[in-house]
Amino acid sequence: MKFLHRHRGLVPYLLLGPGLAWLALFFVAPLGFLGHQSLETQDPIALTDTFTWAWHNYSDALTEYHTQLIRSFKYAGLATLLALLISYPLAYFIAFRGGRWKNVLLLCIVGPFFVTYLIRTLAWETILSDNGFVADRLRDLHLIGANDRLLATSTAVVAGITYNFLPFMALPLYVSLEQIDQRLIEAAQDLYANRAWGFLRVTLPLSLPGIFAGTLLTFIPAAGDFINAQLLGTPDQAMIGNVIQSKFLELTDYPAAAALSFILMATILLLVGLYARALGTEKLTG
Amino acid sequence: MSDTLTRQDLLRRALVGGAALSVPGLVPSLARAAGDAGGTIVFSNWPYYMDINNKTKRHPSLDLFTKQTGIRVKYIEDVNDNAPFFGKIQAQLAHGKSTGRDIIVMTDNSPYPALLIKKGWVEKLDKKALPNIKNLVPNLAHPAWDPNRDYSLPWQSGMTGIAYNEKLTKPITTINQLLTDPKLKGKVTVLSNFGDTVGMVALANGDNPAKIDDASFGRVIAKLKKGKTSGQIRQFTGNDYGGMLAKGDIIAAIAWSGDVVQLQADNKHLKFVLPPDGGMIWTDNMLIPKGGNAHLASMLMNFYYSPKIAAMLEDYVNYVCPVKGADKVLLKSDPAVAKNPLIFPPAAWRAKLHLIDPNSLFNADYKTQWQHLLGA
Repeated sequence: MKFLHRHRGLVPYLLLGPGLAWLALFFVAPLGFLGHQSLETQDPIALTDTFTWAWHNYSDALTEYHTQLIRSFKYAGLATLLALLISYPLAYFIAFRGGRWKNVLLLCIVGPFFVTYLIRTLAWETILSDNGFVADRLRDLHLIGANDRLLATSTAVVAGITYNFLPFMALPLYVSLEQIDQRLIEAAQDLYANRAWGFLRVTLPLSLPGIFAGTLLTFIPAAGDFINAQLLGTPDQAMIGNVIQSKFLELTDYPAAAALSFILMATILLLVGLYARALGTEKLTG
Repeated sequence: MSDTLTRQDLLRRALVGGAALSVPGLVPSLARAAGDAGGTIVFSNWPYYMDINNKTKRHPSLDLFTKQTGIRVKYIEDVNDNAPFFGKIQAQLAHGKSTGRDIIVMTDNSPYPALLIKKGWVEKLDKKALPNIKNLVPNLAHPAWDPNRDYSLPWQSGMTGIAYNEKLTKPITTINQLLTDPKLKGKVTVLSNFGDTVGMVALANGDNPAKIDDASFGRVIAKLKKGKTSGQIRQFTGNDYGGMLAKGDIIAAIAWSGDVVQLQADNKHLKFVLPPDGGMIWTDNMLIPKGGNAHLASMLMNFYYSPKIAAMLEDYVNYVCPVKGADKVLLKSDPAVAKNPLIFPPAAWRAKLHLIDPNSLFNADYKTQWQHLLGA
């Protein structure tokens, strides 16, 4: 104890210790291992990997799989946007009009997520089934042709991703909307702002941290997802996650899989950086 | 098992050695039999691949083996897919360490059984302890990658053919029909497994699936590419085609017999056929990884190759039985299983079944082309 008294400055670092050790052990070390692996060359027959500074793994992966990479960001972006458009009114309603039903309504959002991811996605296979209710009604309305289908299309994949990551959007949005001081909105109205203007100048800016957190929590895992494309799509909907999965588990081509993982990670970091820049970080951290 | 000799092991081996010197023939087998009891073997298998008593959660056939021989079996269901499982044991085998397993089960439509033998990572079967190997069905006795079954023995097989829903279509009996009939457009899936689908399409092209070359592989890819771009083929699947077939999202598929047996229990309209050009057979093979106890493992294999025990197992697992005579045993206890051609294919079916060229599974160029077709 005396030691700690004398070296007060050390306390925060000691408290950080367990967290840092955890990160070092389960994040930094595997990342280093993966980086090492991404520069190995594989013997195609024996399937053994040797370290050779094989930077070409990266360029090879990009030339061969840029289609799937771009597609992943397109789908993830679309799903994030859709999730935002669906979640914002939902979170707004629960936060401002939910009253004593707030907790029940929140539970309704979280409820389906007590069921495992795979089963939830398989449920969409039934929902969008060729002869299912949804497809039949859309056919009745002539929104899709008699021989068109919903399942095994890009629509199905984006719908699946949107659904699967919706709570990651809705919950942060709810939290940030919930915290808004109602008096600020009243003040805006006192100052002759109409409802729309008040929303745009007060509510929306104050909920930006929620939007930021929600979009990131949705976009990042969605970009690396492979389950939705695998179960609800066709080879034409394959995402970069499917490629990495097949490289790691089907082909045991670890170097290529590791290089692809790094490319995915770097691209996400870049996009998130640009996004944070555009929104302005000082606004987000309050 | 453990890679170091325990003192008991050493003592036992010395005893056996000494006995073998003094009275060859008789005493060694006695000493061995005495030594075998009390041993333990570790058996790694795929899930749902062993008879089970649903109340006690015990495996009756394994219990019977322990009762008869005194050898305990640690049964683990940790093989879920060939590649990841190989990845799991590869590091230990490459460093000359034991995997801690005495029997593993891997499929011959993946490159791994052949690779394990090529690399010298498996023990030879102890054929002296395996007289029942004579019950192995003849068409599985000489695979190209282990011509005399020195290292491997089938656990179960499965056929690859065409499954269709007879309520939604007239019979689909050929691959060409599956890939071109306009009535099936967008209602067809094929397996993403290389060996099964390449083999089926090669057969339809009149090529030999046991000898894939650049020309015949090119023809397979061309045909499947056409089916994919025309929208005929909806998806490349693992066994998830089952649900779609049952629901009617797809009408026909390249399918595995074992799945169809299970699907038929819920939907009687699902049919499985082997095209006139033939179908594929794949086999899950028992192998003894280096460091495993070949003698005890072979005793267990011998046990499962007696028709009576094979019948006991077959009544539960519903894949294709590799043991001759098991159907005769089942004819009395469970004739429905004994007469099911998907479990005991008649000779006419067996004659139409082919094995995939093991070399094609190692061809990096083929593998890449295949993954591109699959979109990943």
